[in-house]
Amino acid sequence: MAEYAANGETPEVLFWVGCAGSFDQRAQKITRAFTQILDKVGIKFAILGKEEMCTGDPARRAGNEFLFQMMAYNNIATLNGYGIKKVVTICPHCFNIFKNEYPALGGNYEVMHHTTFLQQLINDGKVKLKDGGAFKGKKITYHDSCYLGRGNGIYEAPREVLQAFDTELIEMKRCRSNGMCCGAGGAQMFKEEEPGATRINFERAEQALETGATIIAANCPFCTTMLTDGVKNKEKEDSVKVMDIAEMVAMSI
Amino acid sequence: MHLVQQILFIILAVTAIYLFSKKVIEMRRNILLGRDEDLNDNKGQRWKNMVLLALGQKKMFKRPTPAILHLFVYAGFIIINVEILEIFLDGALGMHRLFAPMLGGLYAFLIGFFEILAALVLIGCVIFLIRRNITKVKRLTMKELDGWPRNDANLILVTEVILMSLFLIMNTADQALQGQVGAEHYSTTDPFWITAHFKNIFSGLSVPALIAIERVCWWLHIIGVFAFLNYLPYSKHFHILLAFPNAYYSKLMPQGEMKNMPVIQNEVLYMMEPDKAPPTPTEPAEHKNFGAKDVTDLSWKNLLDAYSCTECGRCTSVCPANMTGKKLSPRKIMMDTRDRLEEVGNNINTNKEFKPDGKQLINDYITVEELRACTSCQACVEECPVMIDPLSIIIQLRRSLVMDDSNAPQEWNLMFGNIENNMAPWKFSSDDRDAWVNG
Ligand code: SF4
Ligand code: SF4
Repeated sequence: MAEYAANGETPEVLFWVGCAGSFDQRAQKITRAFTQILDKVGIKFAILGKEEMCTGDPARRAGNEFLFQMMAYNNIATLNGYGIKKVVTICPHCFNIFKNEYPALGGNYEVMHHTTFLQQLINDGKVKLKDGGAFKGKKITYHDSCYLGRGNGIYEAPREVLQAFDTELIEMKRCRSNGMCCGAGGAQMFKEEEPGATRINFERAEQALETGATIIAANCPFCTTMLTDGVKNKEKEDSVKVMDIAEMVAMSI
Repeated sequence: MHLVQQILFIILAVTAIYLFSKKVIEMRRNILLGRDEDLNDNKGQRWKNMVLLALGQKKMFKRPTPAILHLFVYAGFIIINVEILEIFLDGALGMHRLFAPMLGGLYAFLIGFFEILAALVLIGCVIFLIRRNITKVKRLTMKELDGWPRNDANLILVTEVILMSLFLIMNTADQALQGQVGAEHYSTTDPFWITAHFKNIFSGLSVPALIAIERVCWWLHIIGVFAFLNYLPYSKHFHILLAFPNAYYSKLMPQGEMKNMPVIQNEVLYMMEPDKAPPTPTEPAEHKNFGAKDVTDLSWKNLLDAYSCTECGRCTSVCPANMTGKKLSPRKIMMDTRDRLEEVGNNINTNKEFKPDGKQLINDYITVEELRACTSCQACVEECPVMIDPLSIIIQLRRSLVMDDSNAPQEWNLMFGNIENNMAPWKFSSDDRDAWVNG
């Protein structure tokens, strides 16, 4: 972004990578897949790079409002400083924060989750999926993340992207507004689960495996990690893959 | 004799209504012990929510079987109250079936309709009893309901069965009495739809015996109704009233959105830009805690939620933490909040004002382990048929743990430290934030 600003240009959209997309090795693949698509379509996008900071979501949901407010203050100052208007992100937690929680603090941006962004690119004909691509005839199930689904009511956009593949979408018993959490939200990602009978991600991965799908499509880097671990726990990692929708699209163009 | 009945009835009615109002005023006071929260925006949407969610029970229909049975009981309960109006006036004025002469043929139609509803209520309640006690639906038989909550649920169902039976027996005796010598007081109507078919079961009985049956049922029924009225506020069944305001005041913002804390927002602002700070910092006067330790730190809407909870356990049955054996149960969060609020209320009743009792909502009712298990997935919020938000309470209690007591698990403290120093929840240098470009 600093480069754009130095040249006096404005990008079409700011890609907010998020902490997982930036640092987590598995999630970095999602980041790269999404930027591949953006490059291919020829969208001028920027990233904040080293200036991006955690949105403060895990701190806020753990109860640490101070830390959240500090992160929010700094991020909003950076974004407003660059005059950012449009943001796209691959993380539903960042998306929720931008859409719902930064406006009260002076951060008003048009924000899109990458699955909605991809759906629009497909609808506008800007992204064309190869006929009979890598997913032709495969059984796919889709896991609604809490903060895209229940949190913000986005259930259809990611499904429409999946339907653009020549595949069979099999819903889990718990889907859409009744979807079950992967276990990462509310800052659980950053601590051991409380004592219980099993892990939440094991339970959810089992539900996904029950559909007989060979691909579990996700829209969140944390869900992807959680479900991958859950699939490993059932020793199904060779036959069943957990993939972000962006990775699937990137493989098919 | 009539006069005695009339006087007795009036004493009974006045006492019942007085006691009920007193308790309701007390509950209102308890709810207002909570923090202020202005929920009067967007009235149009709020009315719509109330009509759809409370009156229309929209969310119930996610689970059709209980929804239909519940609709029987609920519609029956509401509509039969029209008949209670007549019973009430009869009692107060010493009349019998006051409306019968006025309404003519319509009267028997209405009573017939009420009888069908009464029968549906009866069937509904019996099936509900079976679901609770014989087929043992999981969410209705969980351990957290042991003791009073379980008895409460069964007691109400049994009471409804008894009340409806009394109503039907009363009408049957009335049908048998009509047109008999010595029962001139019993005005003749068209046959009632259900009880007219059963009046032969009383065929051998004398007129005085029939009158006795009719009167006893009438009295037991109305005493039951008054008792029920006064029992409601002590029971989860108060939701039949509170579901309405609770739907009206329910959260209108997206479920994913968390309430902002302007106090802390400003504190951070003044820290970053000291010139913006007001010359004398305005202390938040009453409530010193950042989060909530006790019910009085919660908002009044949280407390209204607690009184509105039906203890149905839909929230708990979809809670990922609870499903995987964690201690957290959103239903228990609501029940604990209500229990503690009642305790605080009783404390105020006894001592005129709240006398510290060394207890609070956190630890004495809700444990830290429960609070820490929540993933903020909002499944409980989505599922609740009366628009309760258990997550809001959980988050406020968590805020108190972290900000007032610095009580967070070690891993969270590390995460906080990382966010503060490395701008990410993990221990990576922010210089590497764009390293993925080279991957
Ligand atoms: S938000 Fe928390 S309490 Fe509610 S269902 Fe999800 S994990 Fe359970
Ligand atoms: S909070 Fe709602 S869903 Fe949960 S038990 Fe109470 S009424 Fe039922």
